[in-house]
Amino acid sequence: MFPPIQDMYRMAPELVACFFGMLIMVVDPFVPRERKDISANLGVLGSLAALASILLMVRHPGEGMYGLLVVDSFSVFLHLIIFAAAALVILASDEYLKREGILQGEFYALVLFATCGMGIMTSATELMTVFVGLEISSIASYILACYRRATPKSHESAMKYFLLGSFATAFFLYGVAMVYGATGSTSLLAIRTVVAHSAGNQVLLTLGFGMLFVGMAFKIATAPFQIWTPDVYEGAPTPVTALLASGPKAAAFAVLLRIVFTAFGDASSTWFWIVWASAALTMVVGNFAAVVQSNIKRMLAYSSIAHAGYLLVAVAAAGAAGENSDAGIAAVLFYLVAYALMKLGAFTIVSHLGGSGEQRLAIDDYAGLSTKQPLTALCLSLFLLSLLGLPLTAGFLGKLYIFQAALDARLIWLVVIMAVTTVVGAFYYLRVIWVMYFREAQQEWTPVPVTPGVASVMLITAVGILTLFFAPGPLLAFAVRSAAALR
Amino acid sequence: MVPSSYYLVLSAVLFGLGVVAFMFKRNIITIFMSIELMLNAVNLAFVTFSRHLGNLNGQVFVFFVIVVAAAEAAVGLAIIILIAKHRQSLNVERVDLLKL
Repeated sequence: MFPPIQDMYRMAPELVACFFGMLIMVVDPFVPRERKDISANLGVLGSLAALASILLMVRHPGEGMYGLLVVDSFSVFLHLIIFAAAALVILASDEYLKREGILQGEFYALVLFATCGMGIMTSATELMTVFVGLEISSIASYILACYRRATPKSHESAMKYFLLGSFATAFFLYGVAMVYGATGSTSLLAIRTVVAHSAGNQVLLTLGFGMLFVGMAFKIATAPFQIWTPDVYEGAPTPVTALLASGPKAAAFAVLLRIVFTAFGDASSTWFWIVWASAALTMVVGNFAAVVQSNIKRMLAYSSIAHAGYLLVAVAAAGAAGENSDAGIAAVLFYLVAYALMKLGAFTIVSHLGGSGEQRLAIDDYAGLSTKQPLTALCLSLFLLSLLGLPLTAGFLGKLYIFQAALDARLIWLVVIMAVTTVVGAFYYLRVIWVMYFREAQQEWTPVPVTPGVASVMLITAVGILTLFFAPGPLLAFAVRSAAALR
Repeated sequence: MVPSSYYLVLSAVLFGLGVVAFMFKRNIITIFMSIELMLNAVNLAFVTFSRHLGNLNGQVFVFFVIVVAAAEAAVGLAIIILIAKHRQSLNVERVDLLKL
């Protein structure tokens, strides 16, 4: 029983990514040490081919693989975010890997495998398929976090990610088991039918949902399950941090949205307060902890926790809006795009300026950057202002849509907390900009010149952020259409 | 025949023990084993539900869990070996370069 050829098209991006991943693994041992560029080029080619093959997927909408996956505008939207993020990470990582002397084919293969897993997560309509996708992406990410094999910090980061990640997976799986016990199925649509009729064992179902939420909360790094994030983000090689901050987060949010709106959409009273509390706590913890950080990677890690909180506000708003949940979900999707762009841009610059062995990571090391590399400083300022949510950037519109959705759903307290914590955020984002522009460099150093790969990623993300502000229409329309696919 | 609820209680107890051990044990290998214990508790729950519902899917899921746990163990043990080589210790409290 071989699945029909249409199903192969439905998962074309994953298959292409896997194919290139395996190709690199086979070719790499035969490539001499000084010519590892060949593997790198294959990696770039693979990620671009996977991105392009989303076109094949778009042309075959509908359920595939015997109802395990679905191609709808929602999965296409998230595939675009994830595969584009992977392509940008691969494009920018070249300089870093050469500088650290760890340029090997595995890196590209692992990024492609991780991306494949994230892709499966976003189109899965069945909890076990979600689990398999989650594990494919997680296992590859554990190895990637450990990629600087000679650096104890990298091991530590990988160990913490591995232990806490597997712990979270066990919770997710126990949730799957309970939901299966209560409904007799793991398909999201079948669960929806049971939930709509209030059939099944309610205690098991509620407990199961709680467990699923804990598992997902670990992956999207929301309080109180965020403790691993700063350590893992700091210790992992910076290009890997860029990937971790963008791809898995988008994929985990996709799973969360599918679970809460497709499977448990008719039981929003069960999960609304869980999401509400988690959103409020995450925003407060993320923003206040970021203020005291002196290491820029840790600061950005806490900022990504804070952003997970903002995204959860939109999820809560969509849950409270009942029938009109589209605005909230569309706000999540729009913000995910903006967020991926700004985080990728910011971490690419951090990786570029890190210096050999990632020695220059303190915020004070950025003093005088505006005179040494004015364009890099300008781009980093743009990304930070967008993370803060100032006008002229995509971050501003993203926050605006979330505010709007939350106000329409009458979540006044969440709006107040979000506004206050955003103001707190101004402190740590603007401090970096102030250091770059108004403080003299403490010691003599010259940043390495920008390589074409890094320059193109900086350019693409910066242009993307500006474009989303001046012409958000098409993306927003796409996001609204994707949101409708969840019901 | 033993009622299904007995197995579910056993599974919950095993899972709980795994969580407690994960939080309070200090040796990385023991922590890793407590995760395996949690996964096996999940397997037991799957099989029980499968028998209770008269639906074989649950037993198929167990194979998925076993395969993934094996893959995870391979990567996890490799990471633990790196740590052990560099620090000559498996105590998590000594793994503290990144401040929490």
